[in-house]
Amino acid sequence: MSGRITSSLKQLWHKLGSPRWFYEITHNWVRFFGVSALLLLTVGFIWGIAFAPADYQQGNSFRIMYVHVPAAMVGQSLYLGMGVAGFVGLVWRMKLADVAIAATLPLGIGLTALALFSGSVWGRPTWGSWWEWDGRTVSTLVLLFLYLGIYALREAIADSNLRARAAALVSLVGTVNIPVIKYSVDWWNTLHQPASFSLTEKPAMPPEMWLPLLVMALGFYCFAAHNVLSRMRLEVLRREGKTRWVNELFAAPAASQSTER
Amino acid sequence: MKGLLQRELVATLRTRGSVINPLGFLLLSILLFAIADPGVRDEQSKDLSSVFWVLILLTNMLSLDAMFRRDFDSGALEQMLISAHMPFVAILARIFVHWLGSGLLITLFVPLLGLLLGLRPEMFLPIMLVLLVGTPALSLLGSIGAALTVGFSRGGAILALLILPLFLPVLIFGNASVAAVVSGQAYTAPLVWLALCSSVALTLAPWATWAALKISVEMQ
Amino acid sequence: MLDNPPSQTYNADQAAAHDNEPLLRTSTLVCQRDHQDLFEPLDLTVMPGDCLELLGPNGSGKSTLLRTLAGLHSQFSGEYKSVGLVYQGHRLGLDELLSPLENLAWFSGLQDQALDRSEALRLLARLGLLEQAHTPCQRLSAGQQRRAAIARWLMAPQSLWLLDEPFNALDVQSQQLLNELLSEHCAGGGAVICATHLILQVAEKTTVQLQPQSGSDL
Repeated sequence: MSGRITSSLKQLWHKLGSPRWFYEITHNWVRFFGVSALLLLTVGFIWGIAFAPADYQQGNSFRIMYVHVPAAMVGQSLYLGMGVAGFVGLVWRMKLADVAIAATLPLGIGLTALALFSGSVWGRPTWGSWWEWDGRTVSTLVLLFLYLGIYALREAIADSNLRARAAALVSLVGTVNIPVIKYSVDWWNTLHQPASFSLTEKPAMPPEMWLPLLVMALGFYCFAAHNVLSRMRLEVLRREGKTRWVNELFAAPAASQSTER
Repeated sequence: MKGLLQRELVATLRTRGSVINPLGFLLLSILLFAIADPGVRDEQSKDLSSVFWVLILLTNMLSLDAMFRRDFDSGALEQMLISAHMPFVAILARIFVHWLGSGLLITLFVPLLGLLLGLRPEMFLPIMLVLLVGTPALSLLGSIGAALTVGFSRGGAILALLILPLFLPVLIFGNASVAAVVSGQAYTAPLVWLALCSSVALTLAPWATWAALKISVEMQ
Repeated sequence: MLDNPPSQTYNADQAAAHDNEPLLRTSTLVCQRDHQDLFEPLDLTVMPGDCLELLGPNGSGKSTLLRTLAGLHSQFSGEYKSVGLVYQGHRLGLDELLSPLENLAWFSGLQDQALDRSEALRLLARLGLLEQAHTPCQRLSAGQQRRAAIARWLMAPQSLWLLDEPFNALDVQSQQLLNELLSEHCAGGGAVICATHLILQVAEKTTVQLQPQSGSDL
């Protein structure tokens, strides 16, 4: 019995690794995440900008939070996702893992940079300077450098197979190191700036303020899922361009459309 | 293990430059800092100990590129991966010898560096202890980057980009330890963290380096 | 023994005289570079005593095949199974800062063995390197370095040798010596797979012609 379960699990695993299966199953997911992202981001944005009450200390400038916090969260999660993909790629040599890393990199870099930029814009009215060496800022900056390191490494390796393995290894090493780096930076931060003013962890943020934040965060996650998945699908097509199923896919549309209607 | 270590040591002794040049870089950059910040001569001003670890990090970076370069070019690395009874041990021997020529050597030079940086002689021993505990992490973590970039003809910038973020915890705890020593406070807490960094690096880094070397050897 | 290419000149009866465990077996092995197949699927069985001469035009994947069998190249389809082996690539694997003798000692140490010093000196003498036994390899000529590398295979306990263009940089005399050494090795129950542009001058050999994959323009 258990043998049957493990064998069917193995089959599922094998299926997961098949680019074709991935391409077919994600067709609807991409749409779902795209529509959800559009809805959530629109609702969250209007809610956060127009309806959430102004902060009693910071006035309206706190509204940057609705971009800053989700961008930072998703930026971090994406790196974690790359680490998982790296592990899968190294251990099971799954091709799709590298597709995932390649598709995640640009978005991760973009969102982490956005988090730093919006943090800086937010910091100007709040802290009085464009840049503070706050623990969270430093961690995010290091995260950006970890992303850029993988990016640079991928650019430097010509052979696609080796590029995949190297990128997988570095994402995994980076992911293992992130908690250590984060902890050490926090430790450093308390040492040097004991009275750092924490913006996002205010004990009592009223629901009218954090609900739109929640919606925005969900919206960002959906957007990231949409973006990464559609980029992965494109990459799968590019890599599998010579295989039969892709050729059939592009030879068929005329025929299949006419039968649908 | 003994034979492997012996080979590494003999080879290192025959290329003394690879060890001496980074040390020269370290001394020279201290000179540059002293010139750029004339306040060092001032009795009241803070000493230069804050740049200490940064310079050690950079010195280490400089010597990292050579860690596997010669073995890669000569094909000894291929042989190591094919024939080694335990490649893990061979890699560890390589890292250990790199540490002898970088981390340990700098540790032994602390009295000289300390004089230049305006540290009092009674601080030398504690600072040597801090370096002894912290620098292995640099060679270990650095070996991952060195192994990944050894196949590139110009891998220096990528090596820095890959490795410096990983060095950050060592910098933070190392610097805190030295700062505590200099200001006469207890330095046990950061030192323990530093030891933890080194031991985690010791358990994980050689495996990652091994995997990275296998990738690099395939680049030919 | 060889299943695939028809161009074999091998006497199957003599192989049976040796131990009948194959040292190496490949089935439908195809090496790839950047997802491009390099040669037609290869089915090889190498028994003790076999000497395989690996021929093929430039870019047909001779080096890649040897690297794959040595475990240095992971892009392939099909399967192979092999015992421990000696690999000699284009890079000699000698540390140029160390002398031939020190290199041999390092290599033994790598395999967790102590160097048999008198045996090492005897081999170096046969290869005409006795005077250079203690000279760092960077001061040896290209041919002398090659010969120092040969000492490494002779010292190794593994009986399967994968050699990639071992005749490069050798003078006529050394080429002859190498041919002799290869014959001796095979006669003693070892096996050799040798990628080369020169024709091997050994007693008995099998020729494997790598067929470049049709459609590959490499």
